[in-house]
Order: sequence, then C-alpha cells, then structure tokens
Amino acid sequence: MTLPDLAPFWLTLRLGLVVMVSLLALAMPLAWWLAHTKCRLKPLFEAITALPLVLPPTVLGFYLLIAFSPRAPFGGAFMRLTGETLTFSFTGLVLASMVYSLPFAVQPLQAAFEALGRAPLEAAACLRARPFDRFFTVALPLSARGLLTAMVLSFAHTLGEFGVVLMVGGNIPGKTKVISIAIYEQVETIKLAEAHASSALMLAMSFALLLAVYSVNRRFPQAGGA
Amino acid sequence: MLQLDVSLARPGFTLSVTQEFASSGVTAIFGPSGAGKSTLLRLIAGLERDAKGRIQFGDDIWQGPGRFTPPEARGVGYVFQDARLFQHLSVAGNLRFADRRARGLAGPGWDEAVEMLDLGPLLARRVAGLSGGERQRVAIGRALLSRPRLMLLDEPLAALDAARKADILPYLERLRALHALPILYVSHDLAELARLAEQIVVVVAGKVAASGPLAAVLADPALAGVLGARGAGAVLDVTLVRHHVADGLSEVAHPAGSLFVPLLAVPSGGMLRMRFAAEDVMLARTRPEAISALNILPATVMALADAPDGVAVGLRIGPDAAQARITHRSARLLALEPGTEVFAILKSVAIARTDVANDAKLDRTTAP
Repeated sequence: MTLPDLAPFWLTLRLGLVVMVSLLALAMPLAWWLAHTKCRLKPLFEAITALPLVLPPTVLGFYLLIAFSPRAPFGGAFMRLTGETLTFSFTGLVLASMVYSLPFAVQPLQAAFEALGRAPLEAAACLRARPFDRFFTVALPLSARGLLTAMVLSFAHTLGEFGVVLMVGGNIPGKTKVISIAIYEQVETIKLAEAHASSALMLAMSFALLLAVYSVNRRFPQAGGA
Repeated sequence: MLQLDVSLARPGFTLSVTQEFASSGVTAIFGPSGAGKSTLLRLIAGLERDAKGRIQFGDDIWQGPGRFTPPEARGVGYVFQDARLFQHLSVAGNLRFADRRARGLAGPGWDEAVEMLDLGPLLARRVAGLSGGERQRVAIGRALLSRPRLMLLDEPLAALDAARKADILPYLERLRALHALPILYVSHDLAELARLAEQIVVVVAGKVAASGPLAAVLADPALAGVLGARGAGAVLDVTLVRHHVADGLSEVAHPAGSLFVPLLAVPSGGMLRMRFAAEDVMLARTRPEAISALNILPATVMALADAPDGVAVGLRIGPDAAQARITHRSARLLALEPGTEVFAILKSVAIARTDVANDAKLDRTTAP
C-alpha cells in the first residue's frame, strides 16, 4: 500500500481552520443582528445569507471567479492592495469558502441567539453589564451549543467543498490542491490505491470530529433563561 | 426621590404615569393583571427604550428630552418574576457576576448579602437544581450585590405556592430593613403588600388610580371600586398580649380593644400588623351579645361611598382607618352616616395567617 501525498490533507485542514475562524468573526455580528433586528429588510438579508445553500457550487464558483478576476472591481482592488491575485490563490480559496459556508455558520448562531431571547440580557444589563460585556459573558456562553455547531459545520463543510474550489482555485499543489480535488485527480488518473487511502483518512477524520462534538455538546446548557 | 412623567404606547394599551415615589421604604405597586405594573418597572429600569417622557432619580435625569441612561448605568436592582438567573453559572457565579461589576460602590458586601438571604449552603449549587423559592433568594442576593440605589421587585412571589411564599417573606422583611435602599414592589396580592409596604400606588389600565400611605388608601371608601371587596379593608398595628393554646388563639391588643387571631409563633409584646378585607367586617349599631365572632371593636363611621357590590363604609377604629363593605339594605336599616358610632365585628377565622405580619420596624410604632 502506498502512503498518500499528505500535502493536500494539511492544506485542507489549514483552509478549514482559517475559514472557520474568519467566518465566526463575520457570522457572530451578522447572526446577532439578524436575531434582534426589527428592520424590514431582514428577509432580504436572510435570503442572501442562505443563497449558498441552494446554489449549485459551480454557479457560486463561476460568479466568484468573475468577481475575483483582476479586471473586476473587487479582484482589481485586492490586486492593487496586496499585489496578488485572488484567483488560483489560497486567499481566494479562503474568501470563496467563507461565502460558500456562510449559512452553516450564521444559521445555528442566529437560532441560538433567538432562543436566548432578551431576558438574560436584560438581567445582565440591570447588573451593570455593558453591551459587549453582556454579549461575551452571557449571550455567548448560553449559546454554546449553537456556537459549537456553527464552528463544526463551517469547518466540516469547508473540508468537503469541491465545485467552488475547482472553479476559483484550480489544482495547484501546495496552494489550492485540497484533498477533495486530489482524490478526484487520483480517481481520474486511476490511482485507486491512493484514492482509497485519502478517502479513508477523510472518513476517519470526519467521523472522529463529529463524535467529539456530539460528546461535548451534551455538557452545555440548553439556551434560555430560568 | 424618584419622579416619573412618562408614557408608553403599545397596541391596545397605553401606560401614562406622572408620579413621585418615596426615597425610602417600600412602595407597593398594586393593580389587576395587565394594568401595566411590570411595564412601569421596566420603564424605570430603562428596559423600554421607546418610552416617552421624563424620569429623574435624585439629581440624575435618567430619561428626558434627547437623553436616555441605559439600564447598566442606572444602578437599579431588578428582581424578575422568573428570577432570570444565568444558567451557565453556579449560584456563586451568579452572585459574583453582580459583585464584580459593582466594586467600590456603597452597599451590602458579599458576606452581608449571603448571610442576609442564607445563601451559604446554595453557593456551590447549579442554578438548574434550585427550587422556586431558592431561585428568588439568589435573584434578590444577586440584585443586592450589584449595589443598587433602587430595588425593583416584580412579583417575586407570584410563581410560588403559599408555603413557599411564607418562607420568602421574612427575607423580604430583612431587605426592607436596609433603610437606605428604596424598594418598589409590584404585586397583585394585598396581603403581601400590607405586610411589607408603607406606601402604595394603585395602577389600573395604565394609569395611577390612587396613591398614598397604604393604610389610608386601603381604607378609603372612594377607592372601593378600584381595590375590590377583598382588596379594600384595614391595616391595624397591634401588640401580642398572650397565647390561648387550648383555644388555638393568640390575643393581640389594639388601642380600641383586644382581638383574637389564630395561634401565632410570636412572643408576647411582639408587634404585628394585621390586615382585614372590607368584606370580612360586619357592622352593628349596638354591641352584639352572645355571638360567635370574637373580635368586636368600637368604630366611628367617617364616610360612605357607593361600591360595585354595595356600600363602602369608611371607619375609624382607634387611631386607624378601616373599611367595611355592606349591602345598600343594611346601610339603610342601620341609618349610617358620618359620625355614627358603630361596632365593627371581625370573625377571627376571617383573618388568614398570611394577613398577619411580624412588623420588623418595632421602633416606628413604639416610639413616643
């Protein structure tokens, strides 16, 4: 049996972690706003946030590829700022994956924040806690389940992406060749033993991750005050 | 001194209150369900941002044209009906949450609050395992440790059964003994309020229907319609004389005469506050003889007013104001008018145990 090339595996892990962390930073304020806003435009923002759930990855990837192009306003601005292109780069892959996994981070958080309600936050406010203090010491700990779900889903969903990566990142070893692309290539070139090894690795890792999460999840309190 | 001139419009409901609240002691906020009592507290705490008007506490303007002090900067200790303890923290964690954010402010210390509410044995417990009464004790302790300038209690006993209520009331009496801390206490239970409060503000349909010293408001015949026959009545300050264990009675003294109530666990000489509902008071022109009721006190009719279900008769019993509810027919037959001397008959069993309260403020009533 041949050992699989581990470079795509490490690249995938790195991508997953970077996307998870960046996405949480974006999704927490967005989910908080969606959970509490009385703005009439809320359904519009919810629909936009949920779009990556229903769009075929190739469609999403196609539009992202166009937006990332150095000739497009967004891709051009990025090029002028950093001197790098977004297409066929790790940074581009991170941005594309963030868009692709956005609903998986926002929706569990939004549901947790909505279930939390205003009651614990009002209690905290009357105990002299300011808004950021309330968010980090009351809202987040009471939404621990939702937070964990959002972290795991955005990480896991990024591990499994294929279509968007293929469109935006291509297949550059060490830069954009993630494991799903590597397996696809191994099967295409009839390196079935390597495909077996890579797939088994992914299967074991995904299962271990989910098992760990569900075991930990039982210990968190359910959202809601008492 | 807390001054309010506020309004809040909600679909199908408008709260509009202009009122001054006492700067010490317990002020009862009483009224039927849905009258806006809780909303009034929320507004004072700063939890209703769309409220209009002015709120001033001492020299601080909490709300006024173009300004709004958020709840965290007002320094109110809010005890919610549902306690609202933080589930992710232990009892000690909940208390610490308040204590940490109120360092250096004047008010009860950790040990004082823990001791006052007997929280020591609960400190290590998880919030989820607490009983309803324990939750409220922790909630009161937590509010105290935020070193508030004003306590707001929103029906803290409403979710408890009668036995649990009796367990918690002594703690509320200890809270009342912190003289520097004014307390607004929302309830629709007058027995509870009569036990704790000196002042009362009656809220009906979003407006203040009456306010003033509790005993005077409860006894005012003009307010009979607002308070109802079980709400209106009397609050009498009495002294325990002796126990008649064989009869299951305790004898208490009032300046107008002796009264017998179901046996109380209070030593002789103890001060008590008793409450009677207006519908539990009967009137007679002559002192009735051979009657099973044990409590007959001479009284003077002060005023008469129409009530929804009869006539509200304002009385003076010794130094205290009281009220009786009788039928139109009885009022006519007795030929009652202001100044008429009568006898007020209170059946001793009509005095519920929870309507008789230990008065923690002994010095107030015994001082010359």
